[in-house]
Amino acid sequence: MGLDFSVVPQYLDILLLGCAWTIGITLAAAVLSFFGGIMFAVAALYGPWIIRLPFRLIAWVFMGTPLLLQLFLIYFGLVQIGIDLPAFVAGIIGLGLHFAVYNSELIQTAILSVDKGQMEAARTVGLSRGQALRKVVIPQAVRAVIPPIGNNMIALLKDSALVSVIGVSELTLSAQRAIGATYRPFEFYLMAAAFYYVINLGMEWVVWRIERRISISR
Amino acid sequence: MNDQKNFVEIRHAQKSYGSLEVLKDISLTVERGQIVAIIGPSGSGKSTLLRAINDLDPLTGGEIFLDGVQVNKTLPHRQYEKHINEMRQQIGMVFQHFNLFPHMTARENVTMAPKMLKGLSKEQADALAEEQLEKVGMLDRIDYYPSRLSGGQKQRVAIARALAMKPKLMLFDEATSALDPELVDEVNMVMKKLAEEHMTMIIVTHEMDFAAAVCDRVLFMDQGVVVEEGPPEVVFRNPTKDRTKEFLRKHLAGAK
Amino acid sequence: MDIDLMLKVYPFFLEAAWVTILLSVLTALIGLTCGALGAAARLSRFALLRFVGAAYVSLFRGTPALIQLFILYFGGPQIGIQLDAFEAGVIGLGINAGAYMTETIRGAIISIDKGQREAARTLGLSAWQAVYRIILPQAARLMVRPLGVNLNMLIKATALVAAISVIELTYTAQRYIGSTYKPFEMFLLAGILYMIIIYVTGRGVAWLDRKVQIN
Repeated sequence: MGLDFSVVPQYLDILLLGCAWTIGITLAAAVLSFFGGIMFAVAALYGPWIIRLPFRLIAWVFMGTPLLLQLFLIYFGLVQIGIDLPAFVAGIIGLGLHFAVYNSELIQTAILSVDKGQMEAARTVGLSRGQALRKVVIPQAVRAVIPPIGNNMIALLKDSALVSVIGVSELTLSAQRAIGATYRPFEFYLMAAAFYYVINLGMEWVVWRIERRISISR
Repeated sequence: MNDQKNFVEIRHAQKSYGSLEVLKDISLTVERGQIVAIIGPSGSGKSTLLRAINDLDPLTGGEIFLDGVQVNKTLPHRQYEKHINEMRQQIGMVFQHFNLFPHMTARENVTMAPKMLKGLSKEQADALAEEQLEKVGMLDRIDYYPSRLSGGQKQRVAIARALAMKPKLMLFDEATSALDPELVDEVNMVMKKLAEEHMTMIIVTHEMDFAAAVCDRVLFMDQGVVVEEGPPEVVFRNPTKDRTKEFLRKHLAGAK
Repeated sequence: MDIDLMLKVYPFFLEAAWVTILLSVLTALIGLTCGALGAAARLSRFALLRFVGAAYVSLFRGTPALIQLFILYFGGPQIGIQLDAFEAGVIGLGINAGAYMTETIRGAIISIDKGQREAARTLGLSAWQAVYRIILPQAARLMVRPLGVNLNMLIKATALVAAISVIELTYTAQRYIGSTYKPFEMFLLAGILYMIIIYVTGRGVAWLDRKVQIN
């Protein structure tokens, strides 16, 4: 059959639109996973057992099963309980929750490593436990885990391709649409890979800049 | 075989990293059985010179001979590798940080290379390990892993490991610098014993007392050159160069 | 929760779990091979090999595994590579996992103190002898745990082959969700089996890690 890239340019706008969706979904899921990760971490460490236990269970399930399976559960599960969300919202929720669990593990470790002395110092100047957490402990912990969280976000970009399976028209599904019309899978998947690679390089650069800024301000 | 006066011969050794010259035209001969100490401030090039002798840090210019054979020959890669591995079997080296193999017992550390390179049988290797570890007073720890040995004990095993290859020449690179003060003597004792057996040794050290007691010659190096050399009583008591005087004054004052 | 339905379909999930296990084992073997070769290339003294190794790692870690799988399975025939879905899955995921394992293996090797190599070379060992007698035995102990993490990720990544219709656990769950409209029950069945596989593997890795530690 051979390769023929001449058909690619006329589908470039579809692919670029797919890129925009991929970036948008990645960013939205990244924000969700970041704040979700902090909430999970605090709940898992400081919540009463009635909260801690289910969080532990959810974390265990999310880390022990494939993301794709989780996406199916969330997408079809929400429909089943009567919440009919657009596929891309389900995708963002699925990706966001999945990575929130991984981020939460990092943040918990970081909180435990700053906690002791800092918490005591904050309490001695009169802050409540909650205030000490919010103003002293968590900011420090979050700062310490920015680099590994950055790596999680880079992984999130690549895992965002999975939401194509539940019908979100991001980059991968856009490539599939173009393939459906042209029967040129190699060319279009390779183009999609190239776009992912460039976005990935961009994210690595941003994470590297943030890491450097943190290490300078220390 | 060779003129014993030139057992080790270094001719016009030169080494630079980019524009930084760390060894500047150093020539040196060591007689068979002689013990030479190299002293000098850090960054003087003394360790680099020592590590050039077995080509761990290759020179950028000059030649090194051991017993009439050039160590740092220019050869195609494959032939050079074969040649240098043979040369290194004849040159024992002891490192500041011991570099014992942590996944091997003292016995295995000592016998690994002789078994592998000289084809010793298990019995021969065990006999060799016992002989060498006895010599350094470590026979009772023969089946210990390095993690269970003190620094001084580790260094004694490292010396036994080097001796097990029956080297013609031993190099000591600050062998006692990483040790707690109370552990230095046990290593020095072993080195003294080797001296009495007329092992040819080149010792980079910052221990002036030990150098004075054991060595036949002392070299003072600074900024990549040999500033002064001679018998220890001359270099330590009546140095002629200002740089030597200054180094000794600082160093001996610092030691007290 | 529809327990009756779960009891009725679980044999199909069990069968699918074996496919997932087989996929994982084969992928891990290919991954380890690629990882060892990749690490050797990245640590080679030849600049060209180092470049090839670095490009392998960057390209395969820098793009989604799903896309790599699609290129191989759907695009392969265009360049003369005809594979069935299972073969494409194992090879594609194996090469992808190999890129991550390259970094794990390389990391363990370069973390061995350079004094170890120097001491070995000083005794007269060749470069290769120093690597396989001194460096690798020590690095191998350091690799077990991080390779275990790679293995954990790899097992979950085998779910991707559902997208090219290999009948493994996730594909089975997806199909039964479609036919029964019971997403939670089907997720539970597949999820429990995944967690058992992950748990047993994790225990195995921990056991191996304890076993290889010095003393």
